[in-house]
Amino acid sequence: MTLTAQRPRAQQKSAAPPPARRRRRPSLVPYVFVGPAAAFFVVIILVPLIYAIYLSFRGQRISGGGAFGRKQDVFVGFENYLTTFTDPELLASLGRMLVYSVIMVPILMGSALLLALLLDSPRSALKGTTRTAIFMPYAIPGVVGSLMWGFLYLPSTSPMHWIAKQIGVELPNVLGQGLVYGAMANIAVWGGVGFNMIIMYTSLRSIPAENFDAARIDGCTELQIAWHIKIPFLMPALVLTGMFSVIGALQVYSEPITLASMTTTIHSTFFPLMAIYKAAFQNDNLNLAAAMSVVLALGILVLSIIVLRISQRKTLGEGR
Amino acid sequence: MSATSTLRDVRPDQAAPIRGAGTQPFLVSKIVTTAVLVLGALYCLVPIAWVVIAATKSRAELFSTFTMAPGTGLFENIAELFAYEDGGFLRWAGNSLIYSGVGALACTIVSAAAGYGLAKYRFRGRAAMMGVLLAGVLVPGITLAIPQYMVLANLELANTYWSVLLPSVISPFAIYLSFIFAAASVPDEVIEAGRIDGAGEFRIFGQIGLRMMVPGLVTVFLLQFIGIWNNFMLPFIMLSDDRKFPLTMGLYMMLNRGASEAALYTLTITGAAISVIPLLALVLWLQRFWRLDLLSGGLKG
Repeated sequence: MTLTAQRPRAQQKSAAPPPARRRRRPSLVPYVFVGPAAAFFVVIILVPLIYAIYLSFRGQRISGGGAFGRKQDVFVGFENYLTTFTDPELLASLGRMLVYSVIMVPILMGSALLLALLLDSPRSALKGTTRTAIFMPYAIPGVVGSLMWGFLYLPSTSPMHWIAKQIGVELPNVLGQGLVYGAMANIAVWGGVGFNMIIMYTSLRSIPAENFDAARIDGCTELQIAWHIKIPFLMPALVLTGMFSVIGALQVYSEPITLASMTTTIHSTFFPLMAIYKAAFQNDNLNLAAAMSVVLALGILVLSIIVLRISQRKTLGEGR
Repeated sequence: MSATSTLRDVRPDQAAPIRGAGTQPFLVSKIVTTAVLVLGALYCLVPIAWVVIAATKSRAELFSTFTMAPGTGLFENIAELFAYEDGGFLRWAGNSLIYSGVGALACTIVSAAAGYGLAKYRFRGRAAMMGVLLAGVLVPGITLAIPQYMVLANLELANTYWSVLLPSVISPFAIYLSFIFAAASVPDEVIEAGRIDGAGEFRIFGQIGLRMMVPGLVTVFLLQFIGIWNNFMLPFIMLSDDRKFPLTMGLYMMLNRGASEAALYTLTITGAAISVIPLLALVLWLQRFWRLDLLSGGLKG
């Protein structure tokens, strides 16, 4: 391959003078630039993925029979995948993950969008202060956030319970069976709302003002402007944040595992990643854990590609 | 993909006259919108305020006095915290700094080079790399943590600093952001001019390209720094020696022990409060360097 000097791309600058056409050897230069990243990618992502796929098709078999049988590592076909899809514990954890995601993602996206629109509205005051405050939880690790909220949930340290006690009302335990999803979703929303809000907000700020001026002169209310102009414009940012929220929800880990030390409701296989951890490190079944990891990673990949395709078609369909 | 789609604030505040400004309904809606924002801010601040207040309480006060009332045990708590496990807290903080600082720096350098290479050169294999990169952005890295552990354990790297650092260096999203930023902020003409002046490709990258990418790279660094700092599952899987723990792991361990040793709750809370303050300060201080608009710009088109 002959690499000619880099051409300025046509759509960027059509008036540019034609590049000096110096003949060059097939250059190794770009490979030096991408080389380190490619090497890390292979070692840290590709090799583990392939190794996990390999492990997922193998298993321990006892040969020879009796108490003296030797454990042997053999090819077992799809056995681990069969177990993955039929193990009631893992299926239940997948179900809980879905329940959690269905609760968490819409609340997170909805409140981030609402706050971003309010920040962008000409009517709000105190924008700088509130924006900074809402962004702050982003800097706090999930474990520490869960620890704080955990104590705010505990009846003995919760201000809500304290107030309720003063007026003689009994509040339910937030970490009990039914409310625990809400309790975890709340922590994730708290930690993520500011970040998503800022992305949406910066995107809103880039809409040229002419778009609203005309609408305002025509008598549109701020609400109508938000709905008909701002939200459609925001679609790419919404797709991006929405997708990362879904991906984040599907790999929920630090919230439940931190809260688990404060409540018995969250057991050791509550969510898929916890079940995988248990399979790998407590039950010593690396092969099953590998199969579960592969299923989870591919499942999330497929899901996010579907979401991306659908939402891109939608955004592309709307006036492009 | 339009490479130049970096978003910018094109509306310095209040360009057009707003319908009904100064009237009664305007005032009402102004109060409502502001109130919602303030509520949001309070919601975000209350847990932080709580942990700071609770850190001042002595053991007896924690479960007995009103939860938002400051206590009298702050200095005692701090002294005990720093003495706990032979100075474990400071060591964890130092570890967190090493993991986040070194990891984010290495990640930024690797990503900057890769993003620049992908944006500014056409070469065999580039299309395939872009495809893999996009898939990588969508596969949550953490589902690979256990397979990574298996590989690193085979290399006898599990339970070392490397086991947390190495996976932190590669972030498809960071490479993708660097790609977007290289494409948007380093004009081809400048590179061409450098070539005509006889500068080598690497010199052009080091002295021109890298400099033009700085605002974007600062964002990549900060995102990765906070990402590593906040990461829990990776060290949770990789490390068993508590001398190598980052802060998140250390605090988690203390909280866990607190279940059987209630005195530890006070120390855990104090530790959480102290660990949160520098990071909040960092974020507040560096706020103006964040170019988060890059993220939303990245998906356009």
